[in-house]
Amino acid sequence: MNLQIQINEQENKSIIHLSGEIDVYTAPKLKEALLPLTKEKDTIIEANLEHVSYMDSTGLGVFINALKLSKEYESKLRLVNLQERVFRLFQITGLHEIMDIHSTIRGVDG
Amino acid sequence: MESFDFIEMKFPAKPEYVGVIRLSISGIASRMGFTYEDIEDLKISVSEAVTNVVNHAYQEGENGEVTIGFAVYEDRLEIMVADRGDSFKLNEVKAKTGPYNSENSVEDLREGGFGLFLIDALMDKVEINNSTGVIVLMTKYLEKQGVGLHDDRVSTRE
Repeated sequence: MNLQIQINEQENKSIIHLSGEIDVYTAPKLKEALLPLTKEKDTIIEANLEHVSYMDSTGLGVFINALKLSKEYESKLRLVNLQERVFRLFQITGLHEIMDIHSTIRGVDG
Repeated sequence: MESFDFIEMKFPAKPEYVGVIRLSISGIASRMGFTYEDIEDLKISVSEAVTNVVNHAYQEGENGEVTIGFAVYEDRLEIMVADRGDSFKLNEVKAKTGPYNSENSVEDLREGGFGLFLIDALMDKVEINNSTGVIVLMTKYLEKQGVGLHDDRVSTRE
């Protein structure tokens, strides 16, 4: 019941690998890791959610926050490899329309 | 009166316990025979309601408690999440509970963003009582096998 975060910074691209659960307990840790990455102009921030087994509105809040910052600082935020259950949250809330969600794991169109 | 089992749990209103509460709901729901999908919906809904309590307790600098009640019926699970440490008087709670879109309560709960919206989308019924603190009462029905069995019976008669 924790969240592991691993950041891989390349030229003009940061990949943030997330593994575990995103909830009210782990969201501050995610925020602390993700938000600074979005403040570098012209970089792509790719959040890999392949191993995120649980997420709720606290996670949505962090990604909305990151998206706003990326617009402000002219970086690009992209979410990849979402599990179907996690992707469903973005769909229910309509956030899949405004987020750049690249691929989902099990048969849902991103 | 319809019979049911009632389980009550009390946790410190702290972020680190929300995951433990998810494990509890997961255990109860799987014992009742909810599907994997429904259990995931229940985990999110309960977490949203508890998160709301936790965030409020933190904003006000209180060391509060969150009380969760599970009423296990044959065909459904009712879950109560309360931001006061008091035990539930079930009938009182139900008598005072209205639809979630009664004005005050919504404003209050939507501070957290999509929390209440998700509970409403994922559960079959949501009611909020805010006469003494805030109590969220949510219900999810077991998918009745009866419907499927009936369909089968029709098709085997061919």
